[in-house]
Amino acid sequence: MTPDLLAALTAARAAKRPVVVATRLPDGAQRLLPDAHAPAELAAAAERALADDRSGTVKLADGEWFLHVHNPPLRLIVVGAVHIAQALVPLAAQLGFAVTVVDPRRSFATDERFPDVTVRTDWPDEAMDVLAPDVRTAVVTLTHDPKLDDPALDRALRSPAFYIGALGSRKTHAARLKRLRALGHDDAALARIRGPVGLPIEAVTAPEIALSIMAEIVAVRRGAPIAATPPAAREAA
Amino acid sequence: MSTTQAEDVLTVAAAWRAQGERVAVATVTETWGSSPRPAGSQMAITASGRMAGSVSGGCIEGAVADAARKTIETGMPQLLDFGVTNERAWEVGLACGGKVKVFVEALS
Repeated sequence: MTPDLLAALTAARAAKRPVVVATRLPDGAQRLLPDAHAPAELAAAAERALADDRSGTVKLADGEWFLHVHNPPLRLIVVGAVHIAQALVPLAAQLGFAVTVVDPRRSFATDERFPDVTVRTDWPDEAMDVLAPDVRTAVVTLTHDPKLDDPALDRALRSPAFYIGALGSRKTHAARLKRLRALGHDDAALARIRGPVGLPIEAVTAPEIALSIMAEIVAVRRGAPIAATPPAAREAA
Repeated sequence: MSTTQAEDVLTVAAAWRAQGERVAVATVTETWGSSPRPAGSQMAITASGRMAGSVSGGCIEGAVADAARKTIETGMPQLLDFGVTNERAWEVGLACGGKVKVFVEALS
């Protein structure tokens, strides 16, 4: 890899731009895509690889190419700068997520409690409008406070976020769904919310709950069978 | 998520090179059967013996590091093919019986 290509790749990553490093095998000819001057066949293959978020080889007219996808990191938006969030943030970062914590309560959302992470102290609905969750974003609400959780969940449901989780007991969750239904969300939309949040591993401590949440996010992301089972059906089993 | 891991390896490789190390990067390009690391997984190797990242569950890293040192010396990239039967897997590398191709290039 040439210094120029590495510099271009580093710049793209810093700007959170999705790029592909294409390497011809086995001679090692390389280029960074998207690139307006790239051959159409290679450009199209790179576009597909980015959309699939999958690195791999393709056979083209001028040989076999390895397409190495560099998508920006997945994002995790955590609403509620609570104790569980303190455990969740480093775990999510370790798993490769770019994490943002949202909590307008400044006594919770302090740099001391959340070093090395973006903390926003605007209201969750305003924060969500700015953060604009996409298909590579997970949203987790942890405040237990309807006036903070509900606006965040309302915005999350109106977004294509790949994961939406809400902390709270079954009773809390039922009441939450009733309120969100009143905001115009139908049952199909509400079924996107994972509540009680996390895989059922009998988690008790904050780090254990964080682990169950991240395990569920990974399961959903990877299409694991356990992620397809809604919480209610799991409990019945 | 594998993408992020791979990116971290490149960051490490770039930092090593900035320190004056001679560096090669190995990347999994294809896998078949059960192999522990997906295409795009990366490992950085220096002529001085430093390593970061992985291209398998630890089975072939030694062989890849040897090949990487050769690439650092010659400047020539290599496409390595680790494909083995289950019976012979312990000798050559992949105990899981999977197959992987690994591209090794110098960070010039």
